[in-house]
Amino acid sequence: MTITVSDINKRFREHVALDNVSLEVPRGSLTALLGPSGSGKSTLLRIIAGLEVPDSGEVCIDGVDVTSWRPQRRGIGFVFQHYAAFKHMTVRNNIGFALSIRRRPKAEIRARVDELLCLVRLEGLGDRYPSQLSGGQRQRMALARALAAEPAVLLLDEPFGALDARVRAELRRSLRELHEQTEVTTVLVTHDQEEAMDVADRIAVMDHAQIRQVGPPKELYDEPSTSFVMEFFGAVNRLGDALVRPHDLKLQRTPNGMTQAASVRRLVHFGFGVRAELVQETGATLTAQLGADEADQLDLVVGDRVFVAARRERVFLEGEGI
Amino acid sequence: MGIAAGYLSLVVLIPLAALAWQALGGGWGVFWAQVTTPEAVAALRLTVEVTTVAVLINGVMGTLIAWVLVRDRFPGRALIDVLLDLPFALPTIVAGLTLLSLYGADGPFGVNVAYTDTGITLALIFVTLPFSVRAVQPVLEALDRDMEDAAASLGAGQFTIARRIVLPNLIPAILSGIGLAFSRALGEFGAVVLIAGNLPFKTETAPVYIFGQIENDNPQGAAAVAVVLLVGSLVLLMAFGLLESWVSRHGR
Amino acid sequence: MAAKLGLRTVVLAYLGVVLIGPLAFVFSSAFRDGVGPVWDAVSTPDAVSALKLTLLTAAIAVPANTVFGVLTALVLTRRRFPGRSLLGALVDLPLALSPVVVGLALVLVWGQNGWFGGWAIRHGISVIFSVPGIVLATIVVSLPFVTRELVPVLRELGVEQQEAAATLGANGFQTVWRITLPAVRHGLAYGVVLTTARVIGEYGAVAVVSGDIAGQSQTMTLYVQDRFQAFDLVGAYSAAVVLALISVATVAVLRLVNRRGNP
Repeated sequence: MTITVSDINKRFREHVALDNVSLEVPRGSLTALLGPSGSGKSTLLRIIAGLEVPDSGEVCIDGVDVTSWRPQRRGIGFVFQHYAAFKHMTVRNNIGFALSIRRRPKAEIRARVDELLCLVRLEGLGDRYPSQLSGGQRQRMALARALAAEPAVLLLDEPFGALDARVRAELRRSLRELHEQTEVTTVLVTHDQEEAMDVADRIAVMDHAQIRQVGPPKELYDEPSTSFVMEFFGAVNRLGDALVRPHDLKLQRTPNGMTQAASVRRLVHFGFGVRAELVQETGATLTAQLGADEADQLDLVVGDRVFVAARRERVFLEGEGI
Repeated sequence: MGIAAGYLSLVVLIPLAALAWQALGGGWGVFWAQVTTPEAVAALRLTVEVTTVAVLINGVMGTLIAWVLVRDRFPGRALIDVLLDLPFALPTIVAGLTLLSLYGADGPFGVNVAYTDTGITLALIFVTLPFSVRAVQPVLEALDRDMEDAAASLGAGQFTIARRIVLPNLIPAILSGIGLAFSRALGEFGAVVLIAGNLPFKTETAPVYIFGQIENDNPQGAAAVAVVLLVGSLVLLMAFGLLESWVSRHGR
Repeated sequence: MAAKLGLRTVVLAYLGVVLIGPLAFVFSSAFRDGVGPVWDAVSTPDAVSALKLTLLTAAIAVPANTVFGVLTALVLTRRRFPGRSLLGALVDLPLALSPVVVGLALVLVWGQNGWFGGWAIRHGISVIFSVPGIVLATIVVSLPFVTRELVPVLRELGVEQQEAAATLGANGFQTVWRITLPAVRHGLAYGVVLTTARVIGEYGAVAVVSGDIAGQSQTMTLYVQDRFQAFDLVGAYSAAVVLALISVATVAVLRLVNRRGNP
């Protein structure tokens, strides 16, 4: 199912949550809505789900205008940040809820729940209550619950936000695998760019109620359209008007006409390379990421004077985002 | 939504409207006349007096009871905690009956407070006993002991800590309990009617007076005093509510 | 240490006089001559009639107020709307009303000269001086309890579980019945028990409304008073004991529900 969102506007009293937002989510893709808090990404997701109603604009699922449809009709699955588990029901009954609402025969529900328990690796825990599960397990239950009725669209609102780092990484992997197996059109909201890059086919970067750029992760990293997007996806150095990635900073011992001077303040050695923190005469700081070979060749020591240039840089015109 | 509104109107709004109409429909003059008959005035004054005394005693004792329940340990404490719920659940007439038999003319202790203000006050104390205790108890339980430990480390003695650290934090809850108790006690009928003896001008409270006026076919007099009682009760609730939030805000 | 002991003594003495003494006394004086006289007293036709009426009233008033309470609590916690605080205040109003005043107001509406009274009598419906009046009076005084218990619990529950149910296909009714109510069942149970206790113990309002004719429109509470007036102390105490036992059972159930709800 493709999802098309056109010219959506939404405000909550004084606060503008979405400002003329349009987006196409291709069938079968895993698209991430990425942005800082307050950028409007959760609101957009909830509007796609039907949990919020836009002030103006349209939401279409596979060409059908569902803007006025309640969530029940839209055939979606939704996963909440804090699980929204039905605390008074067992895991089994949670997962089977959508089917039970649709009055499927008990045997069918049972079989499907078993299938899903396997899929999310919760076998044997079906008769427990959510309070007896860990956070990661609860979220897997929530995922299974959302998938039970085979929705056309799966929506996840910062699903891993409440979990610790290790569990988050595991679940990310699980989500990716699940997506490859089920091929359900999926939209994921996150503020973590690493997560978006790890999991998504396409990323829509949002900021202050607008979408800044949409594209595959590599495109967003290599060809950011605004300085905001570039800075969101990783460290960035400012050399004059240009923005340069740490691994695009070339260091040499001798100047040429294009280089700027800097001195080495600190060297951090990783196994696979070196991070050099440099300081310019103006007091501005730069961070360079050197590969192991390059670092060996230069043989740097704290206090050394070096000359830096950009292998690749991006310059943004004034007014192009913050 | 509609069902709720309809039910509510039938059950509360319409009767209230009828009450207001009866009391005030004849004009302000009639209302005033009914409210200022000597018997009515005596009843209202008595009600205010005994209620105030009962509620204040309960405020103080309720706080002490809550303190003992939360901070002290002794056999039977749990039982007492349970018993404190009884005045909520016990029919008022049963409360009145037992108080009368225990502290009335034929009581085993030779104490006789029937037909006296004290008897009425006692009945009001019984029915409002849980309000103050239950208002203060959870606050006391949730209180951060660190504050008291800090005060002790700075040299404050037990009494000082209780008075200057704990008590100020309890005041909103105490006020809340008193407000609720006041509202309840003003309208109390069943517990009072037996022990009071209902002597007009002596031991007749406002609710009893209202009852009497209904029996004597003077609905206007009854309604007039009823409206005074209701307004008083609401004003008190609001006043205590405001006092409570004012204290909460300025106490931080 | 002395202060602690002193405080404890003061408190226990106070409670002895004001609470424990009276409670113990009602039981001891009722059973002074053994269980026999008590049993006889509560099995008289009038007593049984009174008990039946009390139970009938409860059977009508409690479910009615529970449904109302649930609906109102849901309405009050769903979203803001103009008049929301007014609704909340109106629901709480019976708490500030003297039961006698409630009775009076109902008589003014449904009595012979009341607003609807004439119409009712002409259509053969008698409200005042009979059972419908008693039930109505009881409904009014016990109105707020379910709502008051549910509102804070619903607020704490939040909306997420209901939203999840909506995305899974449940309509409004299904969501309330299968998700919302079970999630707040302890608060609901607590409110229902409080309502029941209030209904069974109501005196003032029914005293005004009922006409108090033995065997016809007397509840247990009215019966106690009636026996007392007739100097039938055994009868009065016996009925009082039955009511007291019901109250104790109520408190026990309340405690149980509370413990289940707050693990």
